[in-house]
Amino acid sequence: MNRRSFLVAGGAAVAGSVLPSPLHAAAAFPLELGKLPYAPEALEPHIDAQTMTIHHDKHHAAYVTNLNKALDAAKVSGKDALTLIKDLSALPADAQTAVRNNGGGHVNHTLFWSWMAPAGSGAKGPEGKLGAAIQSTFSSVDDFKKLFGEAATKRFGSGWAWLVVKADGKLAVTSTPNQDNPWMKGIVPDSDLGTPILGLDVWEHAYYLKYQNKRPDYITAWWNVVNWAEVAKGYAAAAA
Amino acid sequence: MVGGVHSEETTPPIAQGVPLHLEPLAFEPEALEPYIDAQTMRLHYEVHHAAYLNRLQAALREGNLRAANAFSLIRGLKHPPASVTPELQTSLRQNGGGHVNHTIFWRILTPPGKSPQGPQGRLAEAIQKEYGSLDTFKSVFAAAAMKRFGSGWAWLSVREDGKLIVTSTPDQDNPAMCGLVPDEECGLPILGLDVWEHAYYLKYQNRRQDYVSAWWNVVNWTRVERNFAVVTAR
Repeated sequence: MNRRSFLVAGGAAVAGSVLPSPLHAAAAFPLELGKLPYAPEALEPHIDAQTMTIHHDKHHAAYVTNLNKALDAAKVSGKDALTLIKDLSALPADAQTAVRNNGGGHVNHTLFWSWMAPAGSGAKGPEGKLGAAIQSTFSSVDDFKKLFGEAATKRFGSGWAWLVVKADGKLAVTSTPNQDNPWMKGIVPDSDLGTPILGLDVWEHAYYLKYQNKRPDYITAWWNVVNWAEVAKGYAAAAA
Repeated sequence: MVGGVHSEETTPPIAQGVPLHLEPLAFEPEALEPYIDAQTMRLHYEVHHAAYLNRLQAALREGNLRAANAFSLIRGLKHPPASVTPELQTSLRQNGGGHVNHTIFWRILTPPGKSPQGPQGRLAEAIQKEYGSLDTFKSVFAAAAMKRFGSGWAWLSVREDGKLIVTSTPDQDNPAMCGLVPDEECGLPILGLDVWEHAYYLKYQNRRQDYVSAWWNVVNWTRVERNFAVVTAR
């Protein structure tokens, strides 16, 4: 059962229409706050409703607001957020940091929502070509999860852990500080550049209300709400 | 007060060092209510701070290093002994910084109403001279705390040339980490504010601004003045 049919079948109070997959359409990164593709309580008990509500309605919203302020101040228009963060050096110098932080925040959170779904609503792990690629790169799904979990645990301060498809088509696990994103050329090390197909927010705001200092517990719980169908779509698009 | 709690008089000023242990708090965890809640204080001190200290000690053991004073250790981090690998240096920076920063932070906090509302004496004059007024200083400091993107700290420090400076550091960096922080921002901290989300999220969530405003009510200005006196007497 896919996510949409689950939500309909489950009768959940859906917050809004399901977003088009952002990995396929730059149009999914307009300079506005999209709706969550599920109700804020839909990821319970792994991610609590209060965290989801504040995370989306306050944190994500603030990134969008501050991104637009920075673009207005710099008189930049006509580009979606992904295009902006992929080439920060094309922006006026005094807008680059604000777009890096807030454009990154907007893109990262938009992706993050799409990579989650209610527990039990889809495949429990990667299947098909993605499953095979994870197997061949990391030996097993468990080894991949361990490596990814370590990247997420070790990120000091605020940031993200990522599964990326590199330019040569290979999978890699990376981590970025703050709201940096693996697409940010010239910001992340060249060796870490790639197309993110899965990411985990490890800013404390993503888990502190429920997990406090226990980031590893949050990471473990999060695997239950990964939307593997969406990750597989991203992989197919990036590897094509 | 429970046994083992430090008195005001026995806690040393920052420039006299930070020992390699968890210094007892000079107040009960609930004493900063309603500005900082007891649950946050407990987690912050007993779990977050303790974890930095444990990892610092593990890093020292791993590197076969001895240190009596964590503050001296972090001041010299730019040029560590040759045996210190880059990974170990990073661990000392993160966890030594975490231990020192939190120790500083607890030392400059006090229950509301226990401290004068602002600095007096020489520090008051220095702030007046540098910022025009205490209110202006507070707004400059709060702006530094608000602008820090991600995790970090805001600081009031005394630079080598004697000038008061307001700066911000990422993660657990400290203004005394000369060579690791920009030269013009290097100095001895006399006041610091933790703006990692763990410092305020349970009570204030995304409203960092409210936390910063509330925090002024629990600043121990007597201690900040002592820090200033010790730092400028050298």
